[in-house]
Amino acid sequence: MTQPRKAIALISGGLDSMLAAKVIMDQGVHVEGINFFTGFCVEGHTHAIRKHDSAKPKRNNALWVAEQLGIKLHIIDVIEEYKQVVLNPKHGYGANLNPCLDCKGFMVGKAHEWMQQHAFDFIITGEVVGQRPMSQRRDTMPVVARESGAGARLLRPLCAQLLPETLPEQEGWVQREQLHRFNGRSRKPQMALAAQFGFVDYAQPAGGCCFLTNEQYAVKLSDLWQSRGKRDYELDDIMLLKVGRHLRPRPHFKLIIPREEGESRYLEGYRRQFTHLQAFVHNGPIVLLDGTADEDDLLLAARLTARYCQGRDDAQVDVRITAADGAARIIAVAPMSTDDIPREWLL
Amino acid sequence: MTQHTLDARRLLCPLPVIRVQNCVADLNPGDTLEVVCTDPGVRYDIPSWCRINGHHVLETREHEGEIILTIEVGSTL
Repeated sequence: MTQPRKAIALISGGLDSMLAAKVIMDQGVHVEGINFFTGFCVEGHTHAIRKHDSAKPKRNNALWVAEQLGIKLHIIDVIEEYKQVVLNPKHGYGANLNPCLDCKGFMVGKAHEWMQQHAFDFIITGEVVGQRPMSQRRDTMPVVARESGAGARLLRPLCAQLLPETLPEQEGWVQREQLHRFNGRSRKPQMALAAQFGFVDYAQPAGGCCFLTNEQYAVKLSDLWQSRGKRDYELDDIMLLKVGRHLRPRPHFKLIIPREEGESRYLEGYRRQFTHLQAFVHNGPIVLLDGTADEDDLLLAARLTARYCQGRDDAQVDVRITAADGAARIIAVAPMSTDDIPREWLL
Repeated sequence: MTQHTLDARRLLCPLPVIRVQNCVADLNPGDTLEVVCTDPGVRYDIPSWCRINGHHVLETREHEGEIILTIEVGSTL
C-alpha cells in the first residue's frame, strides 16, 4: 500500500485556510498545519492584554482550527527574520505599513523550507484570486509561487481551477475537478462550503489578522521610527504599540497610557525598563514614559498623568515619578484639562 | 523518564506555546515538562496544542499569579 502524500497547510485561524486544508484532507492527503508568529499578529497577544469577556473564553484561532480539523499545528517564531519583510519590502506597502505581497512570499517560502526538511510533498494556502488587493491578484499569485521557491508545489485549493495546473494535480495526488474556482471578494462561496463541511463556528474572515493593516497602528510605528531616527524595532516596541493611548507631547518623548485594567496590568511588567508615573493618592493608571525627559518634560508628563486619574477635577494631584532604576519622588501638579491637550499629540 | 522545567513567564501567547513546542521536540515519550507562565491565555492554548499533538496536561495550578502546567510528553507519530 502506498503512503499518502503529505501537504503542509498555512493556517491563519481564519475560514479560508481551514476550508483549503479540509478540501485536501478529503482527498486522502495527510495534512499538517503551519502558523507563523511575526509579532504583528492580532491573534494571541491582544487577547492576553485586553480585559476579557469572561463569558467567552479567548482562544488562539489557529490552534482551534487545527483541533477542529484534527491535524497537527506547527507554530514558528519568525520575529527576527520578519523584520526584513517589514523594513524593506521589495514590493512595497499596501494602504498602511502592510507589506502583503512580500509577507505572503516570505511565509510560503518558510513553509517550503519546512516541507523540504520534513519530506512533505506540497504546500496549501487558502488564497482566493481577487480577494485581496495586493497579494491575492491573478498577476501577483505567480509572484508568490516564484519568489517563495515553492513553484508548482504551491496549491490553492479554493481557486485552483482558475490557475494553471500545479504538480499535485499533474501527478494525480489530488483531483483538480474536486478543487474550486472561487473568485473575488464575495464570501458567499466560502460560507456555502463551510456549511457543506458542517463548520458553524469559525473566526470572522479576511483582513483583520495583522496590525500592519491597521491605520492607527501604522501611524504609531512610523512615529517610532521617526522619533528614533532609524527604521528598526524590537519585539517589546511593537508589542507596546498595541497597548494604550500614545501621546507625544514632545519629539523626544511620548507617554503610553493604558485604557483599561488589562492594559494596566500589562504595562506594569515594563516598570523596570521605563520611567513611569502614577497618581499617588487617587486611583489612576500607570503611565510609561518612552524617550528622554528633562524637568519641564517630567512636569508636563505628571500633569498628563493626573489628567487620567480619578483626581482629574481637583486643583492638585500628587503624582509619583519613578525612574527605571527605581528612584522615586512625588510632585504635586495641576491636572491638565482636556482642552489643553492638542489633538496632534495623540498618535 | 525525566522531569524538565521551562520558564515562560512574561511571555504572551503564542510565545509560551512555541517555547513548549520547541522544548518538547527534544524530550522523550513519558518525560514531564513543568512550564511556568504568567499569560492567562496559556490555560487554553497549551492544552489545545497538547491535544492536537498527542501530549497530555497532567495538572494546571496557580501560585502567586503564576500559572503552572505539567505536561506529559506523548509518543509522537
